[in-house]
Amino acid sequence: MGAPLSHYLLLAGFLFLVGAFGFVWRRNFLIVLMSIEIMLNASNLVLLAFARYWGGMDGHVIAFFVIALAAAEAAVGLSILISVYRSRNTVDVEELNQLRE
Amino acid sequence: MDSRLWLMPALPLAGAAVVGFLALATSRRRDGLPEPVLSLLACAGPALTFLLAAFHHLRFLDLPPASRIVHETLYEWIAAGSVRVPVAFLLDTLSLTMLLFVTGVGTLIHVYSIGYMRGDRSFARYFSFLNLFMFSMILLVLGDSLLTLFVGWEGVGLCSYLLIGFWFEDPEKAAAGKKAFIVNRIGDLGFLLGILLIFWTLSRHGVAGLQFSHIERHVHLFSGGLATAAALLLFVGAVGKSAQIPLYVWLPDAMAGPTPVSALIHAATMVTAGVYMVARMGFLYLQSPAAMLVVASVGAATALFAATIAVAQTDIKKVLAYSTVSQLGTMFVGVGLGAFSAGIFHVMTHAFFKAVLFLGAGSVIHAMGGEQDMRRMGGLAKKLPVTTAAFGAGFLALAGLPPFSGFFSKDEILWSAFSAHDPVWGAVPKILWLAGLAAAGLTAFYMARVFWLTFLGAPRFDAAKRHVHESPPSMAVPLIVLGAGSLLAGLLGTPEALGLGPNRFHEWLAPVFSRGAHGSAAPHGAASLEILLMGVSVAVALAGLLAGWMIYGRRPETAAALSRSMAPLHRILANKYYVDEIYDALIVRPVGAFSRRFLWRVVDVWIIDGIVNLVGTASRVASYFVRFLQVGSVQAYALVILAAMIVLLVGVF
Repeated sequence: MGAPLSHYLLLAGFLFLVGAFGFVWRRNFLIVLMSIEIMLNASNLVLLAFARYWGGMDGHVIAFFVIALAAAEAAVGLSILISVYRSRNTVDVEELNQLRE
Repeated sequence: MDSRLWLMPALPLAGAAVVGFLALATSRRRDGLPEPVLSLLACAGPALTFLLAAFHHLRFLDLPPASRIVHETLYEWIAAGSVRVPVAFLLDTLSLTMLLFVTGVGTLIHVYSIGYMRGDRSFARYFSFLNLFMFSMILLVLGDSLLTLFVGWEGVGLCSYLLIGFWFEDPEKAAAGKKAFIVNRIGDLGFLLGILLIFWTLSRHGVAGLQFSHIERHVHLFSGGLATAAALLLFVGAVGKSAQIPLYVWLPDAMAGPTPVSALIHAATMVTAGVYMVARMGFLYLQSPAAMLVVASVGAATALFAATIAVAQTDIKKVLAYSTVSQLGTMFVGVGLGAFSAGIFHVMTHAFFKAVLFLGAGSVIHAMGGEQDMRRMGGLAKKLPVTTAAFGAGFLALAGLPPFSGFFSKDEILWSAFSAHDPVWGAVPKILWLAGLAAAGLTAFYMARVFWLTFLGAPRFDAAKRHVHESPPSMAVPLIVLGAGSLLAGLLGTPEALGLGPNRFHEWLAPVFSRGAHGSAAPHGAASLEILLMGVSVAVALAGLLAGWMIYGRRPETAAALSRSMAPLHRILANKYYVDEIYDALIVRPVGAFSRRFLWRVVDVWIIDGIVNLVGTASRVASYFVRFLQVGSVQAYALVILAAMIVLLVGVF
C-alpha cells in the first residue's frame, strides 16, 4: 500500500512549518512568496494523502483547485513584487514597513 | 390669599440678572447703556420689594397678633430618606421688621449710589452686585429654616466680597475683599457645624428637620450641654458675619469698597444677620444660660474694645467702621441676655443712623474729591449744609441722646443688662452694663471728635484749590430721609417706664419671642430704677460730647498735646492694638508657609502630580509590549496568527 498515512501527514506538517518559518523570518520578498508556495503544497499533500486513504476523488479535485489558485496568487504576488521594486528599489520587506517608530 | 412671598427675593434677583447681563453685554463698548436706564432697572427691584413689605405690614396691622404669620413653600429642595427640606418662606413680625428696614434703607442706598457712582466705568456691574446682595439678604431674613438662612448667609458673604473688592485693579482693595471672605468663612465653618449638630441631635430622636418652628417645637430634646454647644457653634458664625472679637478684622478693611456699600452691607444689613440669627434661634439660646452669657460677654468686650480703637483713627470711614463693630457688640449684649426685641430694636435704629453717617461721610468724600483723612478736613458745615445736618442727626442718635432713636434702643439694652438675673450669671451682667456704658461714653466722644474735625472749625485744606460742593439730589434726598429716620425711629420703642404706654416695638415682636419664656432678662425692676439708669446713660453721653467739644472744638491744640503726652497709648490705639499684625504673625504667615512648603511641594507636586504621571508612565510601559501587535510588519502579523493557530489546535485536541 505504500507508506502509512502518518508519514505523509508528518511530512506535510514539516513542510508547512518550513514554509511558515520562511514566511515569517525571511526578508527577501521573493523568498516569502516561495514560502507561501511551500505552505500551499504542504496542504496539497495532506489533501492527496487523505484522498488516497479514503479512496474517493474529493481530495484530488480540491487539490486541483488549490494548484490553480496558487498559480494565480503567485502571478499576482510576483507582479506586486515587481511593482514594489520599481517604486522602492528594494525587495526587503523590512524596508516596506512605514509604521516603524 | 395668595401672598406671593417669593416675589420679594425674586425681584432683586431679576434686577441683578438683567443689569448683570447688560453689564457683560456692553462691557466692550465704550459708553454702554445710559446710566438713567440702568439706575431705574436697578432700583426697581428693591423699591418694589419694599412696597410689598409695606403692604404686608399694613395687612398685619389689621390682624390679631397671633395670626401675623405667613408661611409659603416654594418647592422641595432636598429629599433624602425621611429628611425633607423645602425652600420656604416665613413672614412673621420679626422677619417683616427686618425686611422693612433692609429694603427701605436698601432702596435709599440704591438711589444714593446713582449719584455716588456716576461716571464709574463699572456702573452696571456695581448695581448688579448690589441687587444680588439684596436678594441674598432677603432670602436670609425670609427663610423659614436654618438652611435657607444659611444660603442667604453665604450669598451676602459672596456679595460682600464682590463689592468690597469692586475696584479690584487696586491690589489693596482686592486683598480687602479676600480678607472679608476668608475671615467670614471661618465663622461659617462654626455655623455649619452648629447646623449639623442640631440636625444630628434631632435625627437621633427621630425628628429630623431644620425649620425654625420644627426646632423650636423639639428644643427640649437638647440637653444643657448640647444646647450650649449648638448655640455657641452658631454664634461662631455670628462672630464672623457680625464682626465680633476675634473675627472683626475684616470690617475696617472693608472700607476699601465704595461708601454706599459700606453703608448698606457693613452697617445696616449684612452685619446684623448674626444678631437676627441669634434672635431667631432665641429659643435655643434660652436653653443654655452659659451660652447666652458668652454671647453677651463677647458683645460687651467687643463694644468697649472697638470704641477705644475708634477714638484714635484718622480716616473718617475707619472710625465709622469701628463704631459699627462696637454697636454690633451692644446688640449682642441685648440678644445675649435674652432681650431679643431690644437687640432687634437697636439693629433697626442702628441701620438708620449708621447708614446716614456712612452716606454723609460718602458725601463728604465725594465733595472733597476722594479725601478721607479728617486731619485734612474742617469747616465743611457751611459748604455742605444738608450733609452736615444729616450727619449731625446720625451723630446725635448714635451718641444716645434723647429723644433720638439711638438713646431708646441702646438704653433698653443697657437696662436689660443691669436688671438681668439668672443663677448662672451672677453679677456678670452688671459688669457688662458698665462696659456698655463706657462704650457709650467713648462713642459720644469719638463721634463728637469726628463731627468737629470734619465739619466745624477752620478748613485744614486749601479751600481755593479744592472746589467743595454739596451733593446732588440723588444723594441728598436719601440723606434727609435717613436722617429723619434716625431722629424719629426711637419713638417706636419708648420704654414703659416713661409712662408713655407700653413699648410698641416690644409688643409687635412679642408673638415671635414669647413662645418660649421670654428670657431671664425680661426687664423687670422698679420703673424708678430704670429712669435713674436712663439719666446715668444720658449723663455719660453728655460727658463724652462735652469732652469731645472741649478737646476738638474749643481748643484744638489740646488734641495734639494730649496725643503727645499719651503717645504710647495713642500709638497702640491708632494701630488698632496691632491685632492685624498679630494675626499675620501667628496665623497668616505660618499657614502660608505650610501651604507653600508642604501642601504645595509635597502633596500637590509629589503626590497628586505623581499619581497622574504614574498613570501616564504605566500606560507607556504597557504599550511597549502591546505595540508589537501593530508594527506594520506583515511578517509579525503572520507570526501572531501562527501562534494563535497552534494554541487553538493544541487547545481543541
